[in-house]
Amino acid sequence: MPRTAITGLRREAGGSPHTLYLEGPTILGWDLDLEVSATWDGRGGLALPAFTDPHVHLRDPGQPHKETLRSGLAAAAAGGYGTVVSMPNTLPATDQPEAVLSLRVRADALGLCRLIPAAALTLGQEGRVLSDASLLAEAGAALLTDDGRTNEDGGLLRYGLQAAKAAGLLVAVHAEDASLRRGGVMHEGQVSERLGLPGNPAAAETARIARDLEICALTGARLHLQHLSAARSVELVRAAKRAGLPVTCEVTPHHLTLTDTSLLQLDAVYKVAPPLRTEADRQALLAGLRDGTIDCLASDHAPHSPAEKEQDLLAAPFGIANLELVFPLLYSELVLKGAASLEQLTGWLTSGPRKVLGLPECTLEAGQPADLVVMDLASERPVDPERLRTQAKLGPWNGRQLRGWPALTLYQGRVVHG
Amino acid sequence: MKRKARILEADEIHRALVRMAHEILEHNRGAADLALIGVHTRGVPLAGRLAAQIASLEGSAPPVGQLDITLYRDDLSEIATQPVLHRTEVPFDVATKHLVLVDDVLYTGRTSRAALDALIDLGRPRSIQLAILVDRGHRELPIRADYVGKNLPTSRNEVVKVRLYEVDGGEDQVELWERP
Amino acid sequence: MRDLLDFAGWSKPDAEDLFATADVMAEVLRRPVKRVPALQGFTVCTAFFENSTRTRTSFELAARRMSADVVSFAAGTSSLAKGESLRDTVETLVAMGVDLIVVRHSASGAAHLVRRFAGVPVINGGDGARAHPTQALLDAYTLRAHWGELSGKRVVILGDVLHSRVARSNLELLPLLGAKVVLCGPANLLPQSLSGPNLEVSPDLDSALDGADAVMALRVQRERLEGGLGVSLPEYAARYQLNRSRLDRAGPRALLLHPGPMNRDVEISSDLAGDPRSCVLEQVHAGLAIRMAVLYHLLVGKKERAA
Repeated sequence: MPRTAITGLRREAGGSPHTLYLEGPTILGWDLDLEVSATWDGRGGLALPAFTDPHVHLRDPGQPHKETLRSGLAAAAAGGYGTVVSMPNTLPATDQPEAVLSLRVRADALGLCRLIPAAALTLGQEGRVLSDASLLAEAGAALLTDDGRTNEDGGLLRYGLQAAKAAGLLVAVHAEDASLRRGGVMHEGQVSERLGLPGNPAAAETARIARDLEICALTGARLHLQHLSAARSVELVRAAKRAGLPVTCEVTPHHLTLTDTSLLQLDAVYKVAPPLRTEADRQALLAGLRDGTIDCLASDHAPHSPAEKEQDLLAAPFGIANLELVFPLLYSELVLKGAASLEQLTGWLTSGPRKVLGLPECTLEAGQPADLVVMDLASERPVDPERLRTQAKLGPWNGRQLRGWPALTLYQGRVVHG
Repeated sequence: MKRKARILEADEIHRALVRMAHEILEHNRGAADLALIGVHTRGVPLAGRLAAQIASLEGSAPPVGQLDITLYRDDLSEIATQPVLHRTEVPFDVATKHLVLVDDVLYTGRTSRAALDALIDLGRPRSIQLAILVDRGHRELPIRADYVGKNLPTSRNEVVKVRLYEVDGGEDQVELWERP
Repeated sequence: MRDLLDFAGWSKPDAEDLFATADVMAEVLRRPVKRVPALQGFTVCTAFFENSTRTRTSFELAARRMSADVVSFAAGTSSLAKGESLRDTVETLVAMGVDLIVVRHSASGAAHLVRRFAGVPVINGGDGARAHPTQALLDAYTLRAHWGELSGKRVVILGDVLHSRVARSNLELLPLLGAKVVLCGPANLLPQSLSGPNLEVSPDLDSALDGADAVMALRVQRERLEGGLGVSLPEYAARYQLNRSRLDRAGPRALLLHPGPMNRDVEISSDLAGDPRSCVLEQVHAGLAIRMAVLYHLLVGKKERAA
């Protein structure tokens, strides 16, 4: 196996430079003074274990105009990710063990980022017939979810949780009550009523979370709540965790940095499910993340083609593509503004999601996988859609000046970005 | 811009208007069926002054209207600043009238052309005549004034500035300025 | 003013300037020859992605009264039915050389979207439930003709406020002009959290009408009443239909407005037909003058100065 080294790495912000030695896909150790076949210059960047994302949409198979495995995993690499969990709302839905295997094999062949596909909880994500939890687990599915859809049949979710528990799998839910959401395209409140846009009340999410927590208690199965958006949701999860329920949850970068007032620009790049809510909700999500009620960050990278996002707010699809911007966005908006520490942010992107997914924690010590990202915390540049690897070029932050860009990403000891 | 010369003083403007009032009456054989229309902005007070002169000679003032010709300008698709519109008020039926159109300066003739179009849209007057305080030449259209206060040969880089107390405050005067 | 999409950023003097221009246009409309050459050489395009014969006719007549060329683009007969995007449609129209686009669309915010792609002035002729600014301007202009000044007046907007772009534009504009707006209608057709200066929300019609200087009855679509929102047509008529005795509650000098077309015996009772307090036809006339004024403000004097 070839030995390589990365020089000029800092192990903590402001620390002195070190050299990391790798052998094939494995870390050999720091400052070993060995003969190497190749050397990369870390240029004084901060070395971090590559990030893990429990929630991305790669649109593959079936919607290559939105994203493909290649473009989506390249975006993940450019964002500093070493592991991503893809959602099963593909065409057809990823509801068969063969489909899970196929995605893993294709992703391995690309060698850009580790893909652990999530599988559908119900066949076709139609909410009628449960998929085969144990076979999907054997094929390597990360979790079961009908994300993209909601779980309207509470009884079916109960049996799905029980089957998943027996198979050792986690169930993730997009917790929204479809009948309360109705045709809502944004948060229901002052702003939606001023704009005359159909509103989606916070109660659609909180009512569904309340139901799902009861089902979680009933089954004792591991439940993961996706993308919390409302203050009251954080309260419900906090109480449930205090009561000892096996529940975890995530929050997205956009719900941490944007509110419904963005919709005043009447631009569908801000149309996302669940919707951007109020400043009070945003603050509560941040507080929930800081006190550990919210376990991790999830990008909910949801790519759509520019033509799709250029439609009016009723016609345009829900979703924000952000995989390459998560770190610079949150470093600029949270860390540099004092709302979180660098250590907190990296924890929410590494150990947090890995714990949720039941994956071993990664460090940059000898014997660990050589999946790492080198952050240039000083680099500052505007978001340039042409530089993004995702096919979804229209987003809320285009042109925004952000700081802290991934300079180098290594996956299995090979440079995949930089 | 720099000022070149004072062309008319207040008393000269007054005497010019008195003479023009006489000419209007002479030409129309009295004030019967006569009406004055002032063109915004400085034609409006000039029409009022002429009407007052005619009243002092004839005993009664002819009706006076005011006309804003902006909507009839031929350069609206080419200009870079938006002209403020003024009200057009013609409180009489133009169809039975000999109309005297009154303006301060006659130059290219384009304003008068626009005013003629506007007047004709208001009805079919028996005749339209043109009264001008200063005719500075350089016509671009076949238009001539029937009554002129002062003929003033100018060059194109000169500007005739008319000041009337009703609009501008201060003393009436006409000055010639030169563009650099 | 570069576009007219809504009243964001407007102040009272902006509206007053427009009303002064509309006064000039109203005088043009009283002449024997109701036409001025002001917009000769300009081409106005009405792009209606949602049907509205009245609004379209009013805009087109306003443009013709000022000698503009008018082209109309109707979604039903166009390439939109063949899947062309709004962006491609708008860029095509602009490439054909239109100088201004009047857009009507069923989605809130669509006028902003058109503006993003147009590069020529855009007038919002109504987008979803969001805004219909020329309607609010003509409403305010009609009221101004009666009152001179809107300050201190109380205007009740009655009906399906929640789904009404007319209501939304009026509740932006009228308070700006100093009037107090009272929104009234069945609970499920009223906004739940909207608030603002000079804005009141009341589900009780009688108390809303007390001391009202004008009542604007909104069009109520039968489909809404049949849409399971807890108010039936008979209940609506019994509680919220504007009739003579209810208008009498507001007083003999109260004004009655309606954006048209009216659903007689739904939102408005037949006994108000021909009521002297009705301003409905004045509104139609004011609509022409207002739209001429808007076209003048958006088109004239906007030529880029040669560099």
